[in-house]
Amino acid sequence: MPGGTAPRALTPGQGKDPMRSSGEKRRLLTLAAGAASITMAAAACGGSSHSSAPPAAAAPAPGKTVNLTVWTAFSGVNATSFNYLVSQFNSSQSQYHVTALSKGSYSQVLSDTIAAFKAHAAPDITQIFDAGTATIMDSNGSYVPVYKLMSQYKIPFATTDFIGGAASYYETASNQLDSLPFNSSTPVLFYNKTELQKAGISQPPTTWNQFASDAAQLLAHGQKCALTSSGAYVMWTDMEEFSTWNGYQYATNDNGYSAVKGTKLKIDSAPLVNHLTLLGQLAQKGQYMWNGVSTSTVPLFTNGTCAMYEQSSADLGTIQAAAKFPFGVSELPIADNDANAPQNTVVGGASMWVMSGAPAVHYRGDAEFLHYLMSPQAQAYWASHTGYVPVTPASSDLLKSQGFYSSHPNDLVAVKELTNKTPTSYTRGIRLGYLPEVRQAEASAIAAVLSGKQSASAALASAQSQGDSILTQFASQYGG
Amino acid sequence: MKNRRVVSAIRHVLLLAVAALFAAPIYLAVVVASHPARDVLSGVPALPAGRLANNIAHVINNPFPQSPSLGTMMLNSLILALGVAVLKLALSVPAAYAVGFFRFPGRMVMFWLIFITLMLPVEVRFFPTYQVTANLGLLNSQGGLILPLIASATAVFLFRQYFRSFPRELADAARLDGIGPIRFLTSIVLPLARPTLAAIFVLEFIYGWNQYLWPLLVTSSPQHATVVMGIRQIITAAQSFSVPQWDLVMSVALVALIPPVLIVMAMQRWFVRGLMAGID
Amino acid sequence: MAVDAAARPRLIRVPGLRRRPVRAGGAGDDAIFGHRLLPVALIVPELVVVGVFFLWPSVKAILEAFRQSNAFGLGERFSGLANFSAALNGTYLQAVEVTAAFTAITTVVSMAIALLLAVQVERTGRMRVFYRTLFIWTYAVPGAIGAALWLFLFEPHIGPGARLLEDLGVNWNFALNGTQAFALVTALTIWQQCAYNFVFFSAGLQAVPESVVEAATIDGASPIRRFWSVVFPLLGPTVVFVTVSDVLAALFSSFAVIDVVTQGGPGGSTTTLVYMLYRDGFQNGDVGLAGAESLLLFALAGILLVFQFRIFNRRVHYR
Repeated sequence: MPGGTAPRALTPGQGKDPMRSSGEKRRLLTLAAGAASITMAAAACGGSSHSSAPPAAAAPAPGKTVNLTVWTAFSGVNATSFNYLVSQFNSSQSQYHVTALSKGSYSQVLSDTIAAFKAHAAPDITQIFDAGTATIMDSNGSYVPVYKLMSQYKIPFATTDFIGGAASYYETASNQLDSLPFNSSTPVLFYNKTELQKAGISQPPTTWNQFASDAAQLLAHGQKCALTSSGAYVMWTDMEEFSTWNGYQYATNDNGYSAVKGTKLKIDSAPLVNHLTLLGQLAQKGQYMWNGVSTSTVPLFTNGTCAMYEQSSADLGTIQAAAKFPFGVSELPIADNDANAPQNTVVGGASMWVMSGAPAVHYRGDAEFLHYLMSPQAQAYWASHTGYVPVTPASSDLLKSQGFYSSHPNDLVAVKELTNKTPTSYTRGIRLGYLPEVRQAEASAIAAVLSGKQSASAALASAQSQGDSILTQFASQYGG
Repeated sequence: MKNRRVVSAIRHVLLLAVAALFAAPIYLAVVVASHPARDVLSGVPALPAGRLANNIAHVINNPFPQSPSLGTMMLNSLILALGVAVLKLALSVPAAYAVGFFRFPGRMVMFWLIFITLMLPVEVRFFPTYQVTANLGLLNSQGGLILPLIASATAVFLFRQYFRSFPRELADAARLDGIGPIRFLTSIVLPLARPTLAAIFVLEFIYGWNQYLWPLLVTSSPQHATVVMGIRQIITAAQSFSVPQWDLVMSVALVALIPPVLIVMAMQRWFVRGLMAGID
Repeated sequence: MAVDAAARPRLIRVPGLRRRPVRAGGAGDDAIFGHRLLPVALIVPELVVVGVFFLWPSVKAILEAFRQSNAFGLGERFSGLANFSAALNGTYLQAVEVTAAFTAITTVVSMAIALLLAVQVERTGRMRVFYRTLFIWTYAVPGAIGAALWLFLFEPHIGPGARLLEDLGVNWNFALNGTQAFALVTALTIWQQCAYNFVFFSAGLQAVPESVVEAATIDGASPIRRFWSVVFPLLGPTVVFVTVSDVLAALFSSFAVIDVVTQGGPGGSTTTLVYMLYRDGFQNGDVGLAGAESLLLFALAGILLVFQFRIFNRRVHYR
């Protein structure tokens, strides 16, 4: 997920092998139109010119190009790949010209979008990360729901066009998609094959107990640091996804999906306390490293300091470009003594939102651009060049038919985790207002545990009470 | 006598030691900026190496991600600093002249109104100021960057203090000679006030150049980024390398601090005077 | 530190620093020109800028503190004191503590160092100018850039400062250890604040009449006694002035340093009131909460303003 944390290489590293194109079965290509078929003869339907309905569409004056702006948080390989998609869209037609602007981090995109919206200078499309979903979704009037936009321009679009994990995370109570799931990833375990071999470990750990004994073995063989986690999003990898992967509840009201009002966190729970206690014990001995939300941990893995790495699959491309040793990717370890684990992970990453308030002639362009982004070709290119999972079954079928996963088994781990079991009401996703703020409280708790200042149970108890007051504030503002 | 010499020697040694300590971060920056990144991983070398020019050329020619070129950032910083300094003088000299040399209805009300601004620096009121700036459509513009920074009456106050000490006979003589107030200002007051003008100019230039929070809020497009506000993103970018690129960070830092430090060193007299102006 | 030096308090008139005698009947005492429209025209541009970018935002802050809306500014409505009760929770009180400790330590320590340096520099005779230059230049270093230098200095395992501490047995990691983060930010601010204080103490010391010091010397007072019983009391006004300046700088202008080095963390250990306002208002998009916090900050500044007036009035009384 961390489009934002992904290291900002001064010179973007090389992506993976370019996708080998064509020659394969194209049966799915008719399902979703590709770049070529973008110019759809969409008749303009009616619609009010404000709030949640797309404005009455006006076709752009002939010969005049309409400029559209998209804000993202992409950097490095991910930015290069996204810019490629944008240029493909731009050259496929002449009515619209999309300009992508990267803000560098997810939180920056969110705060800039909010600020720009208030100043009536919002971009046409903006990329809002997983944790910001509730904040924008509940701000009715700030965006045009994508499903309405698509139906207005008669572009085929259904929630079922998307893989379950992505659709369930972003859909509304009525199973509609207000935004377009785009870059979706999930945390996986990267491991340094050389270091594990040196320590006589043949397989990456599958449970946390096994991880703890592997850490001891690594230490005995001179490898001090066994593990590091995502820098900016350790609360995502080690709290949110830890909970869904093991099937634990994260918050009441089905993790916030069924109601805003009265939703409370459930992070002050035994499994999370145990997990943080383990990380805290290892951190005291330097066997687990994490240095605050503003320090990237990618170098700790790629320069060989830590042997294993819990990080978003989205960083696969970046790690591949930087690591000078053979590495593997495996599923996250599961908590011990839990018969139901592993359950499924949920997507992290971001979805594309169409902002309201733009000139009417922009909206058809928005719809066509988003439609292009979900096309099998675009998704297949995106997934094969980054580390994000293909968000539509059509595109993952395309990749399979091209033999991509047999040559790139590392890319398949995230897909497996996301689709491991049918999601339960605890593992559909986490939909909390001001979740970024809740995560700040959680990060404080993690820092307190790792530095030995507080026990895991005390730290999580205080994060829970802080988080609950944030949720209460959200509920009162949104009148939920 | 001998005792005194020893004390004096100790004093010089101590002062030089403290001065060296003060300068140590800059010296280390020069050392780091002149070595390849890998050299500093196991401890900073004692002496600079030969890569300083290379590294500075590198940061000038290769923009960091999500950043414009260093040249653009330096230019933006210069525009901001000069804009703040020039506009501040242009607004506050006439205002202080009006308060100091005229009697008109509401003079004191206006003065006190302005005076309240002294206590609320932009850091305190940045949030509502941002919203007003946004409402006016001034985000990502030089106006939005500069105007809120000069919306305080500090310089008016300083000039008024200066005008208070202005020899009254000159004004009387001018009036008797039939010289109007505008000509009096331009041909007598301003030339005499040149040192004070220079002092405030230096202070305001540094104030503008060193701004961090406000540009960070108001400029979301990279084309408007200033070099000071960009430093954190540059650090984040550099730290995410397998070998943290501290050499490049320090090169940028050195380039960014040269203009204000040079101005203070070169215009030390004015600068100190500017600092003292209010209590002069 | 990105402090508008000119924005620091100017009210206190320090007699010791007066270099030029004020002529009785200076222009300020009485208006000289009789025009009515011209002065208004001269002052209007300044008033417009102050009105638009100062008064309007201030009024807006007051109104917003009592209203709530969603992050995108929609659905705004009156909410009474809800924002204040949300603001005044545990983390706010922690920020008050952090701010108070940070302000007190940076002010006292940077003043002590600057005063000591100024006194010693005064005694170096012809070398004074040279030393003064050595201690003044850090004033011009932008706060964020100085912070970047220090960030490297204390980067665990790499920076020379960090290695020194590690050699001394300190488990140095300011990214996780709140006490260390606070110490780092505080030390850095002191480094930046010293130059400013030094300038004023130097000037104050220069204004102490030679004859007074000589008289004390003849009386056989030791240099240290001479300083505390003769020189320091004469510096009183300068000390008051510098204190107020430093307090304001620490309270309001420490944003850049904190943002570059710690972003308020870990665990809020370096989250000052200004930093908290930034985080709630901009990163978290909570306009109402930020409005309430702005208002509380206004109130704090107002209290300081009153405090400053009292000092000012007492000064006038002295003379």
